[in-house]
Amino acid sequence: MKGFDKVTHNYSEALAGLSDNMTVIAGGFGLCGIPEGCIDEIKRMGTTGLTVVSNNCGIDGFGLGKLLEERQIKKMVSSYVGENALFEQQLLAGELEVELTPQGTLAEKMRAGGAGIPAFYTATGYGTPVGEGKESREFKGRQYILEESITGDFAIVKGWKADRYGNVVYRHTAQNFNPLAATAGKITIVEVEEIVEPGELEPAHIHTPSIYVNHVILGSFEKRIEQRTVTED
Amino acid sequence: MALSREQMAQRVAKEMQNGFYVNLGIGIPTLVANYVPDGMDVMLQSENGLLGMGAFPREEELDADMINAGKQTVTAIKGASIFSSAESFGMIRGGHVDLTVLGAFEVDVLGNIASWMIPGKLIKGMGGAMDLVAGADNIIVTMTHASKSGQSKLLKQCSLPLTGAGCIKHVLTDLAYLEIKEEKFWLKETAPGVTVTEIIEKTEGELVVADDVFEMQFM
Repeated sequence: MKGFDKVTHNYSEALAGLSDNMTVIAGGFGLCGIPEGCIDEIKRMGTTGLTVVSNNCGIDGFGLGKLLEERQIKKMVSSYVGENALFEQQLLAGELEVELTPQGTLAEKMRAGGAGIPAFYTATGYGTPVGEGKESREFKGRQYILEESITGDFAIVKGWKADRYGNVVYRHTAQNFNPLAATAGKITIVEVEEIVEPGELEPAHIHTPSIYVNHVILGSFEKRIEQRTVTED
Repeated sequence: MALSREQMAQRVAKEMQNGFYVNLGIGIPTLVANYVPDGMDVMLQSENGLLGMGAFPREEELDADMINAGKQTVTAIKGASIFSSAESFGMIRGGHVDLTVLGAFEVDVLGNIASWMIPGKLIKGMGGAMDLVAGADNIIVTMTHASKSGQSKLLKQCSLPLTGAGCIKHVLTDLAYLEIKEEKFWLKETAPGVTVTEIIEKTEGELVVADDVFEMQFM
């Protein structure tokens, strides 16, 4: 069905409409399952003032670290940003804001955002700095804090295979935040290692249904390993 | 003598039961996987979305798409499952993990734990730790009993920003195994050769020596 064909052949078409001060939600955990091509395109475009929502910020020189170097990021919403020396520098110089968010809360914010749930209660962070200034409520004798969900102008996602309609499957732990990010962007771009014809992916095995996806693009990926640990035997 | 990291891991491994789903934090907790008793089966949950984490891969198995929560390359055992981060924290927050082991900078008599931030130093973020302590019932904290300069880390009140409030009941230090209840630390086990006196001196929070306190045994 041509009306559902989402394949695009260039990243600038996929990211058309991204402008300064927008919010971008990015899949990935560390360097695993990161949308490398979209990141390179955003760097090329030079868009600034971005709020980027992603579990981590890459490393110096790779992944979202590239956008940090170009000073394109105004604010990060992440659970762990310890791997960038540049991050600390920009933070201390007041050039970068960070909203440190517990990993589970971050995942649920993206999931809920895509699912039309404006806010949810979680026990995570109650009684800690994360809970400060937030509403709380008791349920069955336990305290929970109210967290608001997140949506973005764009979501950039790395998948393994997609069909032309935008049904996506992920490979191993490169899945992580990608399916959640995919639901939470007004415009969602999924870059993949292989594009297949509709019908080739088993419907019951699809991780991200095509409804969430606006653009599918075939990419090539370095897939850098952050910590290469092998068994000595 | 204070316990070595390996001995601490061995002691924690005694808390495993057959069929347990276990989440091990980075550092000493990861070593616990090496000491699962023979004949006992446990499944390791990795918060980035893997249930059934295996050993590090051989060279030829190395795969950039298969990592653990510490971003190290790993393998998955037969019978593993992989899922999204929302699903992963659903099983954590929903109390489905049988045993959670993680480190700390400080704990106090109210069961508060501080493990993620030292103000003034690099603030890296909390990762999944806050969800883990909020969601789990059965948590063991592994930590050194005091700093190198002898300052207690088992306090009346945590001085550092908290990871979780009122959630810790079991602590294993390099000197002792303790429980937290009724706003006190209860000394249940001592490390071989470590005196009760030394432990009392290095514990700032109120400490009660259990009637049945005993010395840990290691092979």
